[in-house]
Amino acid sequence: MTDSKYFTTTKKGEIFELKAELNSDKKEKKKEAVKKVIASMTVGKDVSALFPDVVNCMQTDNLELKKLVYLYLMNYAKSQPDMAIMAVNTFVKDCEDPNPLIRALAVRTMGCIRVDKITEYLCEPLRKCLKDEDPYVRKTAAVCVAKLHDINAQLVEDQGFLDTLKDLISDSNPMVVANAVAALSEIAESHPSSNLLDLNPQSINKLLTALNECTECGQIFILDCLANYTPKDDREAQSICERVTPRLSHANSAVVLSAVKVLMKFMEMLSKDLDYYGTLLKKLAPPLVTLLSAEPELQYVALRNINLIVQKRPEVLKHEMKVFFVKYNDPIYVKLEKLDIMIRLASQANIAQVLAELKEYATEVDVDFVRKAVRAIGRCAIKVEQSAERCVSTLLDLIQTKVNYVVQEAIVVIKDIFRKYPNKYESVIATLCENLDSLDEPEARAAMIWIVGEYAERIDNADELLESFLEGFHDESTQVQLQLLTAIVKLFLKKPTETQELVQQVLSLATQDSDNPDLRDRGYIYWRLLSTDPVAAKEVVLAEKPLISEETDLIEPTLLDELICYIGTLASVYHKPPSAFVEGGRGVVHKSLPPRTASSESTESPETAPAGAPPGEQLDAVPTQGDLLGDLLNLDLGPPVSGPPLAASAVQMGAVDLLGGGLDSLMGDEPEGIGAPSFVAPPAAAVPANLGAPMGSGLSDLFDLTSGVGTLSGSYVAPKAVWLPAMKAKGLEISGTFTRQAGTISMDLQLTNKALQVMTDFAIQFNRNSFGLAPAAPLQVHAPLSPTQTVEISLPLSTAGSVMKTEPLNSLQVAVKNNIDVFYFSTLYPLHILFVEDGKMDRQMFLATWKDIPNENEAQFQIRDCPLNAEAVSSRLQSSNIFTVARRNVEGQDMLYQSLKLTNGIWVLAELRIQPGNPSFTLSLKCRAPEVSQHVYQAYETILKN
Amino acid sequence: MSEKHWKSVVSQSVCDYFFEAQEKAADVENVPPVISTPHHYLISIYRDKLFFVSVIQTEVPPLFVIEFLHRVADTFQDYFGECSEAAIKDNVVIVYELLEEMLDNGFPLATESNILKELIKPPTILRSVVNSITGSSNVGDTLPTGQLSNIPWRRAGVKYTNNEAYFDVVEEIDAIIDKSGSTVFAEIQGVIDACIKLSGMPDLSLSFMNPRLLDDVSFHPCIRFKRWESERVLSFIPPDGNFRLISYRVSSQNLVAIPVYVKHSISFKENSSCGRFDITIGPKQNMGKTIEGITVTVHMPKVVLNMNLTPTQGSYTFDPVTKVLTWDVGKITPQKLPSLKGLVNLQSGAPKPEENPSLNIQFKIQQLAISGLKVNRLDMYGEKYKPFKGVKYVTKAGKFQVRT
Repeated sequence: MTDSKYFTTTKKGEIFELKAELNSDKKEKKKEAVKKVIASMTVGKDVSALFPDVVNCMQTDNLELKKLVYLYLMNYAKSQPDMAIMAVNTFVKDCEDPNPLIRALAVRTMGCIRVDKITEYLCEPLRKCLKDEDPYVRKTAAVCVAKLHDINAQLVEDQGFLDTLKDLISDSNPMVVANAVAALSEIAESHPSSNLLDLNPQSINKLLTALNECTECGQIFILDCLANYTPKDDREAQSICERVTPRLSHANSAVVLSAVKVLMKFMEMLSKDLDYYGTLLKKLAPPLVTLLSAEPELQYVALRNINLIVQKRPEVLKHEMKVFFVKYNDPIYVKLEKLDIMIRLASQANIAQVLAELKEYATEVDVDFVRKAVRAIGRCAIKVEQSAERCVSTLLDLIQTKVNYVVQEAIVVIKDIFRKYPNKYESVIATLCENLDSLDEPEARAAMIWIVGEYAERIDNADELLESFLEGFHDESTQVQLQLLTAIVKLFLKKPTETQELVQQVLSLATQDSDNPDLRDRGYIYWRLLSTDPVAAKEVVLAEKPLISEETDLIEPTLLDELICYIGTLASVYHKPPSAFVEGGRGVVHKSLPPRTASSESTESPETAPAGAPPGEQLDAVPTQGDLLGDLLNLDLGPPVSGPPLAASAVQMGAVDLLGGGLDSLMGDEPEGIGAPSFVAPPAAAVPANLGAPMGSGLSDLFDLTSGVGTLSGSYVAPKAVWLPAMKAKGLEISGTFTRQAGTISMDLQLTNKALQVMTDFAIQFNRNSFGLAPAAPLQVHAPLSPTQTVEISLPLSTAGSVMKTEPLNSLQVAVKNNIDVFYFSTLYPLHILFVEDGKMDRQMFLATWKDIPNENEAQFQIRDCPLNAEAVSSRLQSSNIFTVARRNVEGQDMLYQSLKLTNGIWVLAELRIQPGNPSFTLSLKCRAPEVSQHVYQAYETILKN
Repeated sequence: MSEKHWKSVVSQSVCDYFFEAQEKAADVENVPPVISTPHHYLISIYRDKLFFVSVIQTEVPPLFVIEFLHRVADTFQDYFGECSEAAIKDNVVIVYELLEEMLDNGFPLATESNILKELIKPPTILRSVVNSITGSSNVGDTLPTGQLSNIPWRRAGVKYTNNEAYFDVVEEIDAIIDKSGSTVFAEIQGVIDACIKLSGMPDLSLSFMNPRLLDDVSFHPCIRFKRWESERVLSFIPPDGNFRLISYRVSSQNLVAIPVYVKHSISFKENSSCGRFDITIGPKQNMGKTIEGITVTVHMPKVVLNMNLTPTQGSYTFDPVTKVLTWDVGKITPQKLPSLKGLVNLQSGAPKPEENPSLNIQFKIQQLAISGLKVNRLDMYGEKYKPFKGVKYVTKAGKFQVRT
């Protein structure tokens, strides 16, 4: 008497037989038939042909039969929309049934039928059910609203179901509340703008009360909802935390993790001196540890989250190192995660234990795990300086085991240790050299070669060792070849007499016999260096290397903060923000940690708040090459791509995309280029095309040069700086600066060819930036740039390009292409190139505007060590289009009131206070877009001090 | 394979990604629990030789899904006595009905087995006979009473002739012991499982002799957290039947006694294709109780071909395919410590194995909670009858590993 018999009918005409049975008069037979149909459905067989017959069985008083028919309907209604309407009547009738179970069943099934035509018939029954006297029906109906919203959002809004749903949050039954919250948060997630869950202290209170009473899934929804709320001050944050902490003892791990999320987020608002902060930290540890004793799948998710938490607040788990020790029968994915966390928690206090463990792991069976363990030892050495010695000796022990992959991993990490602690552990080199023959992986070979080259003077037979590698030069991977080339050059510089032959050999191998451009380039560079100036070569090649940083794999702080808001979700498992992998279509709200605003401090004057960053910091803000590349590539790729895109193909796409415009105009060079733009015209004609600049500016520009410095003279021009060093751009060095002359912004570039080949086909493109800067004409390099030649170009810029706010505001990312490759660099432009000529404001206007801009927008800065008096300041600023509107003398201080306007029409008002005899000025800036103040201040600094 | 869709129907082909991952993982246990595919996420658990896979389209807490899947597996276990392919096939209609009750539009509805059992009656031979005669079904046609009360875990109108309340305090020792016999890591994972068959609405409170031991606990939702915080008393209205009341963890190492020790010497000779194997087990801190049900499992290195051993007690097996040695020891009698020694045959010519096998040890101690936790008393309020009460203690090895 089991159900498995339903699976066994596979003969022909099965559907036909079922049809007959479904239409049978006997109740029993009918039910059996429906069961058979359901069984076929579960294994993926198509039984949709039976739709009318099954629907006919719907009107029955047998609950089980009804349930089964409903199950069938949910699966197939979509494929048979016309037939599905037949079922509507029964639904409407069932919604009035005296049995609440049937009412709820009907309303639940209704929502699962995803057929547009039906939805409108469902509104009335749904409205009734939302107000049903029985909570079981109400809670089912609440979920149904979310389902309906998914099918037809407009309908739900028009019918006012959302308001009814909001009312249900205050329902007397906690289950109803939980489902209402769940439904609302689902709807809010798909429509981020709808502002459905406008959380305020009252509704938060309601939720917190419901939290204690409802089921676990309801608790999860409520906690997730709470996490989106930003308390108004630390007191409120604390009181919410207090009410959430009991959830940490819940048996359901999802509840625990959601509670952890709320606490981690709100902790951000609490002052660290608070006693409560400490208590909270202590309370967080045990539940996290408990998660690790659950099933391995839960452990994995928990570990991924702990990894985030440990990075954000290492103090939470600093005493719990031992729970992360690996058991040999943990699944591999758990082992690797545990290892990662162990390293993050490693400190001087526990390093001995950690090392002992890691050494243990290095003898395990699983190769991946062993490798990671060996690497971990190296990372410990780099992280905890005091342990470096022990780590090195542990690694040496491991090398003695002679297990091939262990030795190789150990050598790779020892190289890093040498970089971190130079001149400390070189005594081990001898041991390393013994294992030279067993290395067969490129990374390990390259590491070993690096070591030999770096310490050539201490290794007697360094030349022999390197020579032995050289024999199979062409079979090596590029990584090894490059390393070998460098190592031999180093060796030559250290021991020139014996190794001349060797270096000749490697240079010729690299430059003549190799097809790899990187290798060839590097070979040529060394060759030229060595042949022109060996002393300089020594300085370059044997230069002091920067120490490597402690931890390279930390998640970037802003991303980390965002991920903390997603604890317990998929984002936290992937360590990527949801926008990076959730399918498009659904908007994703960007979440961030609440700012720390203590209630007591918030009333203080804002004077302390906008303290200017020291000028030295702006350099850090320039993104590194890698980031930049990523940024540029993301330009127009449209919706976020899920999963990591293939690097190689993406680079190509990006390059094409970026230089699309540039390439087009380059085509104009060739006579057969169809529809070539007006590029053929002489260069001067290109200038008036500058959209943002006043008419005729090109001409006045010319006159300006001849007439010398007059009232029209341009603003301050910074000396040219190197933007793209030759070593990063295969020999092309770009330096430049920005100027503004008579209303025209230009980018003055100096291109130098430091490569050995001729460069042609130059083109330039900007990434979108805050002020829409874009080249107004193509980059014109008339003749091919031959080696060692330098050319100066002034590239007119317009501000009509597309605008995208950058961080920092004044950064500009540039792509330059030539016949060799595409290069990316980024630079910061001084804001004063954007100050327009008609930036003088009327006095009355100034006064009114000053008052009109709210005080929060005011920023104060100090300009130190400026020996000028008020007149000189005023005239100097005027030449950079900062206009003095009024000047007053108050108590012996000169007050200059100044105005300026940016190309995009933003006005900035300034008050400059100058005390005679005191070289420090006080600058107050007011602007409707306060984020520019910082950069305007920097412009002031530059103009006044040069 | 059996499928059930809640929101829109997802094509069966997404599972191909899962099968791919499954093939890639050498061992079924190593299949990653979260797999991403171009449009969906697959979250899976592995239980009782079955994979439960859920397909996700939007951002959800994965723990929530994993918990739910485990709950589904628990429910099947509870309903059918086992959670196996055969059981699911035999009861496919009930399975479907259960899933329908447990989840709606992706939101869990009823996951408490107490409630589910009222909605859908578990199959019994008797009932299926009755059903087939009378034509009635195993679907309850009234609304479960507990579902909507403020104590959703308990149904109303429970009646027993014998009222009983039993508690099992079960402690598992998780430990890693290193080569030299010192403890690297040890903690106790404890649970109190209850079997409560009491009529009406009993309100229980359970107190301990030494509640301070419990500083890291997770509670069943029925427990009043405030009472615990203030008085360290577990006060609750219990669900009907079997359930886990609390689980707890004792981690400070001085509280964790290690009841057994293992003397071992496993060595492989260089170039001789054989090795020696010798282990002895003895009692350590066993509080005067007998240690029984001892089993030792060892994953031997791959190059081991066979083992030729002699146990002083119990019996051993060696599976040459999986390389797992299992020694069923039984009880320890302190007068004569059990040992297992003999020769190991290695594949000839292969290098001697680098890794040393870890020993996995199972044991059981009756009438003892190794942490020292003791129940003081159980009081019942709200009902007049006098229930039978009982507490049982047992200590077991959890993940108890000895490195060699």
